[in-house]
Amino acid sequence: MITLSGVSHSFGGVHALDGIDLEVGEHEFVAVIGRSGCGKSTLLRLVAGLLTPSRGRILVAGSPVTRPRRDVSVMFQRPALLPWRTVLANVLLPTEILGLGDHRDRAHELLELAGLGGFEKRLPHELSGGMQQRVSLCRSLIQSPQVMLMDEPFSALDAITRTELSEELQRVQLARPRAVVFVTHSIDEAVLLADRIVVLSPRPGRIHRVVEVDLPRPRALGQVELDEVSRELRGLLVTA
Amino acid sequence: MRTALPVLGLLAIIGLWWLATIVFGIEPLLVPSPADVVASFLELPGYLLEQALITLWEAVSGFGLSIVIGVPLALLIVGSRVLERMFYPLLVALNAVPKVAIAPIVVVWFGFGISSKVLMVVLVCIFPIVISTASGMKSTPSELVELFRSLDATRTHEFFKLRLWHALPQIFVGLKVSITLAVIGAVIGEFVGADAGLGYVITVSGGSADTSLAFAAMALLAIISVALFYGLTWVERKLVPWAEV
Ligand SMILES: Nc1ncnc2c1ncn2[C@@H]1O[C@H](COP(=O)(O)OP(=O)(O)OP(=O)(O)O)[C@@H](O)[C@H]1O
Ligand SMILES: [Mg+2]
Repeated sequence: MITLSGVSHSFGGVHALDGIDLEVGEHEFVAVIGRSGCGKSTLLRLVAGLLTPSRGRILVAGSPVTRPRRDVSVMFQRPALLPWRTVLANVLLPTEILGLGDHRDRAHELLELAGLGGFEKRLPHELSGGMQQRVSLCRSLIQSPQVMLMDEPFSALDAITRTELSEELQRVQLARPRAVVFVTHSIDEAVLLADRIVVLSPRPGRIHRVVEVDLPRPRALGQVELDEVSRELRGLLVTA
Repeated sequence: MRTALPVLGLLAIIGLWWLATIVFGIEPLLVPSPADVVASFLELPGYLLEQALITLWEAVSGFGLSIVIGVPLALLIVGSRVLERMFYPLLVALNAVPKVAIAPIVVVWFGFGISSKVLMVVLVCIFPIVISTASGMKSTPSELVELFRSLDATRTHEFFKLRLWHALPQIFVGLKVSITLAVIGAVIGEFVGADAGLGYVITVSGGSADTSLAFAAMALLAIISVALFYGLTWVERKLVPWAEV
């Protein structure tokens, strides 16, 4: 679904990414971890079409990425909700911009699944951080994307909410698998969710190692089998 | 409590004023007592209210016109670097010219009627509206702009579904500054050349040394300003409830 070949990117003099080769399958969940500043967000922006690579090629669904695509959704670290829109109107925003027609039933359904039934008419500031990020998740699902790009979507949340949301994302992915690139700082989150984990090394960002997580689903945090992979990854991050 | 406190403040000031005119035995010609002012109003209530309505209408229509011109102007300025470079300095220069200095020319051009007053109001009101709208739109958080970019939104969507909304609380700051200036603008216009309005009443009463009448007119001006300001605050509360946090 996503193909990166020899992708490099520099901001002026800063060499952020170097020679990235990566394939993400149609239903594959790929997590990207690495130290701060190693180019994870840059990688995501490139795939999203928000940046153009200095070198290399990026294909999504077989065609080169030249601008943001309507079948690709992006979710950020912060909820990025529009404070003047109700929860429902926020979820519907992509359908308005993309001209997708009436999606209200679908939005209600998504909100219901996210445990936000009854909050449709609220404004974002009336919601907790965790609820806001759930709204943001619903918004990135409303356009039925083939590809989801997520940049540390849960990192601003407390540990308990974070766990809840990762488990929810796992359910979403099991119910309707898509190509996902998920940037995170949390090794546990990566192991819980990913089919493959890409470890980036810093300055410039290169692929240090790719780890397959061949464990049955659904997985649960704290499972012993996960710990083994986590330990391996921790070691890799030190040498990266 | 919310209405009681301002009323209490007002009563205290009026009380002090009254006391001062009695204690210091000030000539009513210099500073009339509150009773003189009320008496002066009661002599010609119909006439004064009519003049007040004229000034109010000038201020409100000039203010409305400033919004109609100012907001699109701000959109253009934010939308285009070239237009910003071309017109922003001009706008600043226009604002720097003392409005009292422009007023006579405006009256020469547009006559003694209402249009010259409305234009004066626009001249004083438009700057705060353009500035607050433009800076509000420019301060849209980058994460929201990036969200719109990631949806490949058009400029029109980015402006009308994002930037303008984000700017609304700041636009209201500009509007609240403007609405008080609006009354001042109308009065300046009336001072220079008019045959109606509270500014005209004040000029005439100055000529005939009727200080009480001038004070009555000023009190009406103050009431108009306060009413407009709080009316706008009420609209703001209805329109931008999310900004109250
Ligand atoms: N717009 C930009 N202009 C200039 N340099 C940038 C820009 N964006 C990122 N960089 C630089 O590129 C490098 C990679 O940044 P990036 O944001 O991709 O890192 P990251 O892995 O996402 O970090 P973090 O984990 O802290 O989010 C950093 O050195 C950063 O300073
Ligand atoms: Mg980042």
